[in-house]
Amino acid sequence: MSGWEIFEIWVIAFFTLALFSFMYKDNPLYKVAEHIFAGLSAGYYVGLIWDTVIITQLWDPMIGGDWLLIVPGILGFLMFARFFPKYSWVSRTSLAFVMGVTSGIFITSQLHGLVLKQMQATMQSLGGGGGFGAALLSIIVVVGVISTLIYFYFSKEHTGVLGVTAKVGIWFIMISFGAHFGYTVMGRVSLLIGRVQFLAEDWIGSFKYIF
Amino acid sequence: MLKTTVPVGVAFLSGIALMVSFFFRENTFVGSISQDLKIWLTIVGGFTLLLGVVSITRVNWQAVKNRKEGWGYKLLTLVSIFAMAIPAILPASWSPLFGRNPGSIYHWLFTYLDSPMMATMFATLAFYIASAAYRAFRARTAESTILLLTATVVMLWRVPMGEAFLNLFPGNIPEFLNTYVMNGANLAVQRGIIIGAALGAASMSLRIILGIERTYMGKG
Repeated sequence: MSGWEIFEIWVIAFFTLALFSFMYKDNPLYKVAEHIFAGLSAGYYVGLIWDTVIITQLWDPMIGGDWLLIVPGILGFLMFARFFPKYSWVSRTSLAFVMGVTSGIFITSQLHGLVLKQMQATMQSLGGGGGFGAALLSIIVVVGVISTLIYFYFSKEHTGVLGVTAKVGIWFIMISFGAHFGYTVMGRVSLLIGRVQFLAEDWIGSFKYIF
Repeated sequence: MLKTTVPVGVAFLSGIALMVSFFFRENTFVGSISQDLKIWLTIVGGFTLLLGVVSITRVNWQAVKNRKEGWGYKLLTLVSIFAMAIPAILPASWSPLFGRNPGSIYHWLFTYLDSPMMATMFATLAFYIASAAYRAFRARTAESTILLLTATVVMLWRVPMGEAFLNLFPGNIPEFLNTYVMNGANLAVQRGIIIGAALGAASMSLRIILGIERTYMGKG
């Protein structure tokens, strides 16, 4: 293992332990790591956007002759007018463009590609093969989707049939949230195992090259 | 007029153009508008992200300049932003240390600092989720009992030892969990939420395009 590789391992180990130190209590070492992490994350996006958007999608095509791209370029620059209170209203046009296009995408692709597709996948034939198990699963899905939608329907008081269906909906929602919680915890634990493995194997393993 | 009518008009025209374009083939002029507008959106969106970073830099710089409490930490944030961003912006043709390729400063900082710190931050959350769950999960009502049971069983199921434990009981519990909980109840709820959210987003989008919803413009 080279000296540079050992240095890299120690850098990672230092920041890993510094961040873990917060579990004891807030301390200057944690704050140093936290602020460096925040800065690096912001800098990461600058590099990413500069390369994949500004250069690849704006500058290069524009130099190649697609001069119409000057319009989104100007709209993008107008965003920075927000830093000047007197002229901050200028950035509204850029923001309105973003909101308008996003709204157009939502209305068409969300309704066509999401709502209709999800509804189509929900309404499966009970006799489509797969036996009793598949039919039961289809019924569970239909009941689950309808009751969940009714639970989130607040235009009418949840009494009578609507109330019973909403009650079934909340049971389904609790099952889903419980499953999601379980998955999230296990995902985080898996990351924790990864960090502990790094410290135990790579970092402590590097001791023999130093001491 | 410039302050409100023009933005509302831009939102209306861009939204309507995208909706109309959806009904045409991509190789036609009208059909291609949708693709062009999506590229334009990516570009303006990119500038918006840069605006956010410039804003972070300004706020931190003000704190450093006025020697506010904790200014030393904020200085570290500023140094980190520039250390990551400037080498990435400079052309890779000038030096192998510039740009975003393997071997560059940007790549090294991401691999050996940003990425491990991100994993550590999320790993730290494991402790806080567990401690929050310990305090919040009480089997007081039928609903909270269902949540508690499902979470416990799914967590057990996702580790080999837990799965082996579940297999000690009669009936194939892991198979049941996979089929009826994850691909049944969970799928149904996710679909319900997706359909509801998409319908809500579509109605809000219509309000924005028609100029009824203007809160995104802020005051003034």
